Amino acid sequence: MSSYDHNPIVEMKGIEKHFGPVIALAGVSFDIRPGECHCLLGDNGAGKSTFIKTMSGVHKPTSGEMIFEGKAMNFTSPRDAMEAGIATVYQDLAMIPLMSVTRNFWMGREPVRKVGPLKFMDFAKANAVTMEEMGKMGINLRSPDQAVGTLSGGERQTVAIARAVYFGAKVLILDEPTSALGVRQTANVLATIDKVRKTGIGVVFITHNVRHAVAVGDRFTVLNRGKTLGTAQRGQITPEELQDMMAGGQEMVALEGSLGGTV
Amino acid sequence: MTDANAAVDERVKETSRLRKALIRPELGAIVGVIAVFVFFILFASDSGMFNPQGVLNWSTVSAQFMIIAVGACMLMIAGEFDLSVGSMIGFAGMSIALMTVTLNWPVWIAIIVTFALCISIGALIGYIVVRTGLPSFIVSLAFLFILRGFTIFFPQVIERRTIIGGISDVAEGDWLAQVFGGHVGGWVFDWMAEIGMIATFSRGTREGQPIVDGIPMLIIWALLLVAVAHVVLTRTKFGNWVFASGGDAQAARYVGVPVDRVKILMFMFTAFCATVFATCQVMEFGSAGADRGLLKEFEAIIAVVIGGALLTGGYGSVIGAALGALIFGVVQQGLFFAGVESSLFRVFLGVILLFAVILNTYIRRIITGES
Repeated sequence: MSSYDHNPIVEMKGIEKHFGPVIALAGVSFDIRPGECHCLLGDNGAGKSTFIKTMSGVHKPTSGEMIFEGKAMNFTSPRDAMEAGIATVYQDLAMIPLMSVTRNFWMGREPVRKVGPLKFMDFAKANAVTMEEMGKMGINLRSPDQAVGTLSGGERQTVAIARAVYFGAKVLILDEPTSALGVRQTANVLATIDKVRKTGIGVVFITHNVRHAVAVGDRFTVLNRGKTLGTAQRGQITPEELQDMMAGGQEMVALEGSLGGTV
Repeated sequence: MTDANAAVDERVKETSRLRKALIRPELGAIVGVIAVFVFFILFASDSGMFNPQGVLNWSTVSAQFMIIAVGACMLMIAGEFDLSVGSMIGFAGMSIALMTVTLNWPVWIAIIVTFALCISIGALIGYIVVRTGLPSFIVSLAFLFILRGFTIFFPQVIERRTIIGGISDVAEGDWLAQVFGGHVGGWVFDWMAEIGMIATFSRGTREGQPIVDGIPMLIIWALLLVAVAHVVLTRTKFGNWVFASGGDAQAARYVGVPVDRVKILMFMFTAFCATVFATCQVMEFGSAGADRGLLKEFEAIIAVVIGGALLTGGYGSVIGAALGALIFGVVQQGLFFAGVESSLFRVFLGVILLFAVILNTYIRRIITGES
């Protein structure tokens, strides 16, 4: 695939993160290239959340190297990372349900229209862009004034993704975007990931669901107990192998045997 | 299913225009205002409640409620409470009184210094709330006692009394005192008296003058604050930040909204509103009392809740809060005009608060689609 010819946008080497006596990350290496979907797999407690928070500027790594577009990066806040082009869509914190789609979409970057010395939010522009960007992602809103609370879980994720894409994300980190969704909504979100990837954005897709990962992933990295167990390209690894690596091997094999291979 | 509607989920019922129009924060307050006016027009129309003097009477009381409700509303939408509003009113009034009467400062300096002092205290409350992460309910409750304590302590120690009068004399001709205690539009009332629309004094030193001599600045302040706060909240970038800070502070932070700054500013605005209230009151009465503003914080919060704001933040309307304040003013004074025992006003407050909260919870469910 052509995307492997590109240099990585973000490269994380040997990242460690300690919280007091707890070692959350013990040497994680990961990179993301333009136009690919790189899946980060791991069971609960594997360190996925800590890792993406490090990548998006929420945590500072205890040690390790972070390179952004060839230069060492040193983000002090999520805002820094966002401005550089690393956008993160968090599982539960993506949207504010009581606010309209437009207000959510533009939150923190409201367009402003000047009337004399006064500055007002430019709702005409904000509404038009929101409708258009949501349309591109395949969601036809009834109205941009619609409260986000009236949208389905998948649609909410899509608003957040559309927002990140519109504001020029180079890397889009999706934290378990499908974990709380039904089958059909999951399919919609996966289709959206595919659309985003085709625009040349690097997508980091965090999940513990191997089937979702395999459906869209170009590369797969498994995180287990704070360590990466290597990265595999699509076609080099089977879903069963990924599942085993996530669970940490032997016990899972035994358990799977007793469940008749249904997990 | 026809292909024209392919994107619309067939299981979602078409919501009627009427229902959509009803789902807005001000709904309860609009219904309340209509109900209250119908009630008093039916039962108190012959009491003088709706002649110019009567209208001015309940308008002034409503305006008082409005001034503090605007501050409480913005703060509640930003996700916080301020229980120190009532104490702040007493404190600000006493501060002006002591500076002018005891220290003999010019009134305008006393007013400016008091505003600076009270807004700083508002900022301090906000700072403590955002830094400690404690509920603003507790932090501002502490300030309710701290400020009230000082409001009694200082005049007691310095002047050996808790009511300080004589401010009218020193405020005479002061330009800034006029901004809070003056009246505007006197010529309109002169004209109305001339054509016989309103009565004139028939004896005494003001014989021949209209009985209403202008609109108090208090009402102008209330309308101005409502208008400005409404526009800022619904039409500006900062307004969007206020909604976001109260709706979900963490989500707002993740997209770069300066949540802490927004909240501290809203605490400062609430303190500003309380000080406006206090200054108007001191200039009107010519005195300050240590017990002024008692329970005002709760009345402000009730007006805001009647106006449709959610106690959990992130949703509400300044216009709604203003209408809530209007309901208060009309009912409080209307009961007086109708000759009903005034203690029933408290009963009314409690009952209407309960209904408003139930209605708001219902509206919230419709908006967010929670079941």
